[in-house]
Order: sequence, then C-alpha cells, then structure tokens
Amino acid sequence: MLEAEGLAAWRGERLVFERVSFTVPAGGALLLTGPNGTGKSTLLRLLAGLVPLAAGRLLWEGANALADLSEHAGRVAYVGHLDAIKPGLTVAENLAFWGNRAAVQAALEVYDLRRLADLPARMLSAGQKRRLALTRLELYRAPIWLLDEPTLGLDTASVVRFGERLDAHRRSRGCVISATHLPLPLPGAGEFSFT
Amino acid sequence: MRRLIARELHLSLRHGGDTLAALLFFLLVVALFPLAIGPAPETLGRLAPGIVWVSALLAALLPLDRLFGAELEDGSLDLLLLSGIHPAALAAGKAIGHWLVTGVPLLLAAAPLAVMLHLPEEAIPVLLLGLLPGTMVLSLLGTAGAALVLGARRGGVLLPLLVLPLAAPVLIFGVAAADAASGGLTPRPHLLLLAAFLAGSLPLSLAASSAALRSAAE
Repeated sequence: MLEAEGLAAWRGERLVFERVSFTVPAGGALLLTGPNGTGKSTLLRLLAGLVPLAAGRLLWEGANALADLSEHAGRVAYVGHLDAIKPGLTVAENLAFWGNRAAVQAALEVYDLRRLADLPARMLSAGQKRRLALTRLELYRAPIWLLDEPTLGLDTASVVRFGERLDAHRRSRGCVISATHLPLPLPGAGEFSFT
Repeated sequence: MRRLIARELHLSLRHGGDTLAALLFFLLVVALFPLAIGPAPETLGRLAPGIVWVSALLAALLPLDRLFGAELEDGSLDLLLLSGIHPAALAAGKAIGHWLVTGVPLLLAAAPLAVMLHLPEEAIPVLLLGLLPGTMVLSLLGTAGAALVLGARRGGVLLPLLVLPLAAPVLIFGVAAADAASGGLTPRPHLLLLAAFLAGSLPLSLAASSAALRSAAE
C-alpha cells in the first residue's frame, strides 16, 4: 500500500503542487489527470524518488518509502515519457541490461516484439518503441508501476495487451499510478485531478 | 555493475566512430608537433613526453560530453538511477567504460608515438607507466566533470574548462617522470605521486559524480 500525505514539489523556483494526498491499496490503481504542466509527470518522478520531496510524507507499507533511495528504486518501475531506447543497439540488446537472456526473450513475447528482436532499435516506429519501453515493465518485478502517458502511440491491439498486463500486475497485488489523457484499461482506478 | 560495463562497451562498439575519433585525434595532434616545431630529433625527443601527455589529455576529453549527455537526453539516466545501482557505482561503471574505450587505446598508441618523436628508449616504459594511472585519473575527473555539466547549456564547452585545471597536476608529474627517466634520474617519486592522485581522485570524483547525477535527474 502506497500512502501520500501532503506532498509538495518545487521545480526550479516554482511550486508545482502542494498538499497532494492519496492512498493506493495493494492491487489498486490511480489515474493522474489534468491539463499539461500541472505536475503529473513531476509527481510521478517524485514518487520514483528522482525529484526530492519539498513537504509531506510518502509511506510504503506504513514505513517512510524515501528513506533509502536505492531500496525504493527496487520497488518502482518507471516508464517516463521518453522511451530510453538506444538507437544503435538491437531491440533485444536494449533490454539486456535489465534481465538475463531467457527473461528478455520471454518479455519480448508480451508485446509481440520477438520478430523484431535483432533489428536495430532506430528502425522501430514510435509505437514499436513504446512497446519496447513497456516491455521493460516485465523485467523489473517491482510492485509499484509509475507510468507517464503509457499508451501514447500504441495501436488498439497493444492497448488491449497492455490492459491484460495491468490486470495481471494488479492481481499479484501490485500498484499502478499513471498520468494520462487517454482512457486506460484500469477498471476501478481512483482518480487524482490536478488543476 | 558487470552489466553496466558490458552495456558501456556494447554501446561504444556500436558507435565505433566516436571511439575511434578520440584515438585518431590523439594521433593527429601528436603528428602536428613535428610539423610545427621541426623534425630535429633532439628537440622532439626532449619535448616528447609533454607532447604525448597534452595530446592524450585533450583526446580523453573528446568523448566526455556524450558520456552522460546521451543518457540524459533519451531518458536512460532516470532508468539507470532507478535500477537500484548507487549513483556512485553508476559513475564508477561509466569511468571504467571510458577508460577501457578511450584510456587503453591511448595508452597503446602512446608507445609507437613516443618512438616516432625520438623519446630516449629508457624513458618509454616510464612514460607508459605514468600514463597508466594518468589516464585512469583523467577518466575519473572526466566522469565527474561530465556529470556536473549535465543539463547546463553549452556543457561541451564548460567541460574542458572544468576538467583541464584539475588534470594539471597529473600532467606535471606524468611529464616529470618521463623527463627524469630520460635524464638518468629515478622517476619513482613522480610515479608514486601519480598513484596518490589516483587514490585521491577515486573517492572524490565518485562522490561528486553521485551528487551531480542525482541533481541532474531532478
């Protein structure tokens, strides 16, 4: 269970948001919505431990989540708005850092990238790159998924596939927190609106 | 950590041009000196350690602005920081990668170049022995510098301004060691001082890189 109490974050000289509180139970999901530039991505980065907390508390299973950043990093899987793909490496090589060979091959099946495994990543389309970025989620084995516009550029079939993976993750008591403007296959998700 | 270094090597092999560029730059700069100061063997032999050291220093700077810059631009830096590897270990991996890809080729190329510049034979092993810790220190300082200029505009210009003054002591003692050997003196104190710089820059560079990487990700 992830609990946020009165979170606030600075970005440069600007207070992006303050007094953000929510609770995501095990197996729960939270959608972050609101206009551009209101702090959805910053909140995700804050939850990942990349942006320092200006005020408030973040609790994971009742204990301060950000006390040990390296330990917290092991708990979160972050998919940012950038795909973090090295164009010079092949699709499979792009994943090699995150898992062993067998795990990578299995993960490539999830979004139907097996055929493209040996293709240089620079040849991929925007949607295929997104699928590759989402494939990393399969390799992290982290309970908290932090997703920034995860379905941007995905085709319908991949969104359905992504929905199944989200369900499976939540059934295994994982949390999902996602910023989005598009409808996401997250039934029963809470919503936090930025204004 | 092993995966991180493997990833570094893999990336630099794929971008072979960047890797080769530093080495070719080194060869070309060294080759310019005989053209500029004339081919007289005794002059060249006397200046050889300085020429090799300064050229190696400049060549080692070339790949630095992409060291973390590329990772920041494509979002990989966030993922690396979230991979559970401590940022200092991340910087260490990067420094080792930089040394293997840039430092070692420079070291290998330095011997034939020193011969070309008529450096006295007895000074060549000492020059290389000095370059060994020297290139390691350069990789460490360079990694710290590259992490510090992340996110700064015109970071590529700022980087040499930051790293070169810090590398000056290494240059002084590296050249002094080779000069001592060609003058018939013992290079031992100079080499020991280089080793001391390596021991000192290891924790300091990694601590600085670690803090810089964390703040760059904000």
